[in-house]
Amino acid sequence: MEQKEYKSINKPVRKKDAMQLLLGRPVYTDDITPGNALVVKLLRSPHANAVIQEINTSTALKVPGVAAVYTWEDVPKTRFAIAGQTYPEPSPYDRLILDRHVRFVGDPVAIIAAETEKAALRAMKMIKVKYQILEPVLDFCKAKDNPILVHPEEDWFPPCQVGGDPKRNLVASEVNSDGDVEAVLSDCDIVLDRTYHTKAFNQAMMETFRTYTELDRYGRLHVISSTQIVFHCRRILSRALGIPKSRIRVEKPRIGGGFGAKQTAVCEVYPAFVTLKTGRPAKLIYTREESQIAGSPRHEMEIRIRLGAGRDGHIRCVDLYTLSNTGAYGEHGPTTVGLSGHKAIPLYTGGLEAYRFSYDVVYTNLQAAGAYRGYGATQGIFALESIVNELAEQLGMDPTVIRDKNMVKEGMKMPSYYNETANACALDRCMEHCRQMFHWDEKYPVRDMGNGKVRTAGVAMAMQGSCISHVDVGSATIKLGEDGTYNLIIGAADMGTGCDTILAQMAAECLDCSVDDIAVFGADTDASPYDSGSYASSTTYITGKAVEKACAELKERICSIAAEMLGCAASEMVFEGRQVRRIGTEETVSLTDIGYKSQVFNTQAAEATASHSSPVSPPPYMVGMVEIELDKETGLVTILDYMAVVDCGIPINPALARIQTEGGIVQGIGHTLMEDVRYDHNGKPIGSSFMQYKIPTRLDMGKLHVEFEHSYEPTGPFGAKSIGEIVINTPAPALAHAIYRATGVWHRELPITPEKIALSLSGKEGKNS
Amino acid sequence: MINIQNYVQAESLEEAYQLNQKKSGRIIGGMLWMKMARNTVGTAIDLCRLGLDAIEETEEEFSIGAMVALRQLETHPGLNAYTCGAAARAVQDIIGVQFRNMATVGGSIWGRFGFSDVLTLFLAMDSYVELYKGGIIPLEIFAAMKQDNDILVRILVRKKPGLFTYQAMRIQRTDFPVLTCALSQVEGEYRAVIGARPGRAMVIRDKRELLKDGITEDSARAFAAYTAESVPTGSNVRGSAAYRTHLVNVLAKRSALELGGMQKWN
Amino acid sequence: MELKLTLNGRPVTDHIDPGLLLIDFLRNHGCYSVKRGCETSGCGLCTVLMDGRPILSCSMLAARAAGHSIHTLEGLQEEAADFAGFIADQGADQCGFCNPGFVMNTIALLRENPDPTDDEIRMFLAGNLCRCSGYDGQLRGIRNYLESRRKEHRA
Repeated sequence: MEQKEYKSINKPVRKKDAMQLLLGRPVYTDDITPGNALVVKLLRSPHANAVIQEINTSTALKVPGVAAVYTWEDVPKTRFAIAGQTYPEPSPYDRLILDRHVRFVGDPVAIIAAETEKAALRAMKMIKVKYQILEPVLDFCKAKDNPILVHPEEDWFPPCQVGGDPKRNLVASEVNSDGDVEAVLSDCDIVLDRTYHTKAFNQAMMETFRTYTELDRYGRLHVISSTQIVFHCRRILSRALGIPKSRIRVEKPRIGGGFGAKQTAVCEVYPAFVTLKTGRPAKLIYTREESQIAGSPRHEMEIRIRLGAGRDGHIRCVDLYTLSNTGAYGEHGPTTVGLSGHKAIPLYTGGLEAYRFSYDVVYTNLQAAGAYRGYGATQGIFALESIVNELAEQLGMDPTVIRDKNMVKEGMKMPSYYNETANACALDRCMEHCRQMFHWDEKYPVRDMGNGKVRTAGVAMAMQGSCISHVDVGSATIKLGEDGTYNLIIGAADMGTGCDTILAQMAAECLDCSVDDIAVFGADTDASPYDSGSYASSTTYITGKAVEKACAELKERICSIAAEMLGCAASEMVFEGRQVRRIGTEETVSLTDIGYKSQVFNTQAAEATASHSSPVSPPPYMVGMVEIELDKETGLVTILDYMAVVDCGIPINPALARIQTEGGIVQGIGHTLMEDVRYDHNGKPIGSSFMQYKIPTRLDMGKLHVEFEHSYEPTGPFGAKSIGEIVINTPAPALAHAIYRATGVWHRELPITPEKIALSLSGKEGKNS
Repeated sequence: MINIQNYVQAESLEEAYQLNQKKSGRIIGGMLWMKMARNTVGTAIDLCRLGLDAIEETEEEFSIGAMVALRQLETHPGLNAYTCGAAARAVQDIIGVQFRNMATVGGSIWGRFGFSDVLTLFLAMDSYVELYKGGIIPLEIFAAMKQDNDILVRILVRKKPGLFTYQAMRIQRTDFPVLTCALSQVEGEYRAVIGARPGRAMVIRDKRELLKDGITEDSARAFAAYTAESVPTGSNVRGSAAYRTHLVNVLAKRSALELGGMQKWN
Repeated sequence: MELKLTLNGRPVTDHIDPGLLLIDFLRNHGCYSVKRGCETSGCGLCTVLMDGRPILSCSMLAARAAGHSIHTLEGLQEEAADFAGFIADQGADQCGFCNPGFVMNTIALLRENPDPTDDEIRMFLAGNLCRCSGYDGQLRGIRNYLESRRKEHRA
């Protein structure tokens, strides 16, 4: 394995913004934008499916302090999608800013802009709406070919052909396979056929959705938003509002968490519309309730797997069908579902003879789903890892050993992963490392602790990608300052993950300087070079490579300027960090002098911009093991230890990679044991606040241990792959496994609550295996 | 969020009482619950200047002012010595320290909330409420009364020798409980208090004298079964009636065993 | 109505709406460290100290703070910087939105209990939610700070 001695790479450098954040400095959208902007509020539909027959805003407009109220009659009639995806988006254009047809409880009905929040809320109560209430489609298993259509409109438009048909409530549909699935299955000693159900989960980032808009000094629309996708946001606004992109500037300040939620332009269009109409600054801050009921949660999925294997534990065939619930709008519907197969099945490339992956994505009259860390892989991996655990238990094999036999290994070609080759894969080492550190052999057996409590363990593997291959573009601009320091300008969005710092580490390594000598700026559509944005685990891998390229170009330019200063050819110059040296004469020019020279009678820009894109998306790999104590009487699961070993290639910043892993694991624990986006029988959301939608506290997670197994990804910057998403994928299957070990009952639906566990044991609910 | 038009720090209980007789008047406790209401309050009446924020302990009783914060219950040595730590156990998982610094005993008891850990705890003791007009009445009676316009001034707990346990089931550690269970033996009388049923906490006395001859595995089980039979449960977002009844059985049995010194569960 | 209180050591007088929440009063007075995360008194982001005790400023009427002393992170920069660097070294600041509330409650913890165990730290900070870090990095940071302080004392 290649691994050089680096100065800045693979070092736990402090995040550049760390002390600003920890000391509470004003750096977020609401802190840095004026308080006297119009307050924007949205009146939302109380019905899951309805058509607005009449809407009367005249009384509302008379409320003192109300500047404007807009309804469906006032907005442009061009449909668009708010998914932050590269054009042409796989997500259908199925939205209007305000639609006469409202499709879920929470769908906006009117936009209110007022001088104060109080006035806006008062006006909201005064808007009179008469609805024609329609029967909703709430059960996603019954949505396909249901006579009730979520999107009956004629102007529904798919920018990409992904198998969607609104007349069937279908957003996307596909089948792909390799080998003869039926033939292999019929030849297997054992075939398991199981169905798993994962729910919608909210990202629950601490900063809710929020956007500030104003007209800038050129009369352009200036958008300051908590977003992961400044460039996509600009394109979305341009289409939705019907104005050219040159009239829009989108920037993001610090972001209070995203996890994919802010890869969708959830709230930007509303204040932008107000500012365009009124010419006045406007601000929309979602309440926690709005973030919970009208955000962009994970897609609920039902996944059926037929798994064929030999008696010796050799996994020969996977037939996986996913039904995905995109909710009322199709954002990220056609793409998330793909990962439920393509980023699960390749884990078992080892001896796989055939696979089939098919899916349907359906509309329902529930909150629209979106992007959430893991993006479909989380759902697929829960199903596949669970069924492999079921196979191991049925065969009486150690579930880590069955994985040793079947897992993907370095150098293998992965037919279910677009025929990519696993160039860097330490999954086998992750498993061995995890087994040793965790003391699997001691923790896996069920141990009776007395008092109705048992201890045992579960295991799962995971993978993800490192970008969207053939699609994502990352760019970086690096500029030399006159004192020999640098500015790194990016369009990727640090949402707390630390990418500003990680990219600076790479630049520092390339330019042989200290990380402190690199000032980072991002992201702003006026100033940053194009970047598809921070999602799909792509920033380190894609934008990182762009940083490497830009630095290489800048070094050449620096040498060239220096050569001009010495009156020689650039090829005679070597870049040495603080100086440039002429080979042979040993003359040197300091970086500071080059910086000053670049500003005097100079024709070569002391800056470089480079873009990068990749034809492959090398998967990171991971093994997670969890030890629990389960109280068989109350059903309470207490997590004792969670051990994870991750192969993210070479971690650029091990401290940040570790925190990513820990944070992902705790989110995954929440999804498995307590979180659930729920609705009543009318489609009204139940868990609309943090009082009902509980996320783990620091008392709910046990002890975490994270280690890394290095591999070297040849296509990544400094051997790096991704880390951001994969880390959320192991808790659900590992915990479900441990709970089975403790109780003898497989829980195939998330979350696995104490009630489900206790009642499955006391015989008050049908046994599940 | 609630709309408050006027705010008064009352100078006397009489002033507070008078202000509270208007329909739009509201006594504010910690305000944590009231804050989320969407109605309008004409006058928010604050008792913060009336010296009701102390726990006073004498030989015979604890006198706990209505404005005492839950955090004070948690950290009061005398109260925790008397309750065998049940006071701390009852409140320590309520949201967080900051919340417990604000939530008041008076607010919790006055609200008679179904989910209340605090009501469950005090019902297990020989507790009384002191009402400004209504005088001193047993907590058990108060708990069954409807809210009126009186003012809760103090909680009084007679320090009769006793043993106490407190257990609760929570899905997430700082969440509202799915079920609460306090068990006590005060001067020979056993009582189980079951809260978060999800209705208001109920007191179940050992009428069948199941524990009279001492706590054993069998008597604890029998007492738990009796409690489960006697307590109606319902379903809400945190759990079904069936699960709650199951939990009554489990927690009551465990509490009895703990009270009997046979098991330690917390 | 008129409100007089001490904010970060300085007397402040203002006319306020009786229903104004302390968090909004504080943000109006430039204390942007105070964040709103949930509106249901459950996330800890808005934690400030009132007479030294940690409270949720989103759930208290500003009027109730009359005559009291309120500290926000703006007023405790040095005390915070003391241990915040140790959190930064773990990378546990992450998105940072929960940091001010977490830092304020940690200050309260360390004033009350200068040498807490891991379990005491977890219990005291249980009301401070964080969705990014997974909490362990925050714990390691605090532990490293305590350890460094112990070494200083020994030296």
